[in-house]
Amino acid sequence: MGREVAESCVDTMLMEMVAMYSGRFYANKPELAARRIEAIGYQVGHQLSERYTMERPRFSDHLEAIKFICKDFWSEVFKKQIDNLKTNHRGTFVLQDNKFRWLSRVSIDPSSDKETEDPSTPGESKAAQAVSMYLYFPCGIIRGVLSNLGIPCAVSADISSLPTCSFVIRVKA
Amino acid sequence: MAPVGPRSGDAIFSSIDRVNAELFTLTYGAIVRQLLTDLEEVEEVNKQLDQMGYNIGIRLIDEFLAKSGVSRCVDFKETAEMIAKVGFKMFLGVTASVSSWDADGTCCSIILEDNPLVDFVELPDTCQGLYYCNVLSGVIRGALEMVSMKTEVTWTRDVLRGDDAYELQVKLLKQVAEEYPYKDDE
Repeated sequence: MGREVAESCVDTMLMEMVAMYSGRFYANKPELAARRIEAIGYQVGHQLSERYTMERPRFSDHLEAIKFICKDFWSEVFKKQIDNLKTNHRGTFVLQDNKFRWLSRVSIDPSSDKETEDPSTPGESKAAQAVSMYLYFPCGIIRGVLSNLGIPCAVSADISSLPTCSFVIRVKA
Repeated sequence: MAPVGPRSGDAIFSSIDRVNAELFTLTYGAIVRQLLTDLEEVEEVNKQLDQMGYNIGIRLIDEFLAKSGVSRCVDFKETAEMIAKVGFKMFLGVTASVSSWDADGTCCSIILEDNPLVDFVELPDTCQGLYYCNVLSGVIRGALEMVSMKTEVTWTRDVLRGDDAYELQVKLLKQVAEEYPYKDDE
């Protein structure tokens, strides 16, 4: 086991990073904040992927690369594997984590509808917005990992059934 | 009162949830890189890193107090030892040392020889003036402010700038008496 730090260091750093970009720098431009947060994740994913695949032969196909993310990568970073992997065999993969570690420190009302903004309960949609902003980071990580493996893609997060968090990967043709 | 030995920092570190330091180091590096791209001015980045640290520090102090079981420090000297031996250990897994006390006991240096933030980091020439680890000075300042101490925390040595260690000067400016925020009713 390599060097370790307290998990709270990573948690507080991520929360502060999201607050900085979505609260201070781009308070009224959530798309710009999201892009920056995702870019930071991308950088991290790319570099981690380089390290973790240094001594390995190349992956034979996309599915092998995705499985690497689900097992080895997820274990290194989140201390557990992805719980469920689904694919349509046409370039879309859904990685389901039933208890995504980084979300376990964030509480959100699961009944809040994140599509409509309800003016009478602005607090709830704000919480939902904060969580989605936060999730751009792990989405970026996954995109960065795959990019390092030569697989360009788009990654989004689905939190419609908390505490499960699903990451949807769409490989670009 | 017997000073708290390094073992309690170790004990806390072994008992808390820990993660791969690489994730931490690379995330911080990516944040700094993105800030440099977005803000362009190195001074601005230094400021934001310090602010980031401050915001983290004001939260981290709660965890520190809860997990270390430390009650009030007798004086600033004890405070500095706490930061170096317990604080750094329980969060970053490394121990720092305290030295260079002034006559008043209000100013000292905290020296870090091992610093997980900078693993694999090299600063390009374009980053002259960057205090890469500025988040740390903010954390200390924020944490201490929450326990009623106003301090000034500055870097006096930085390995990424060519020195042989990381040295922070921590100066106690003011011990703020805890003010009860509400007026007592008759």
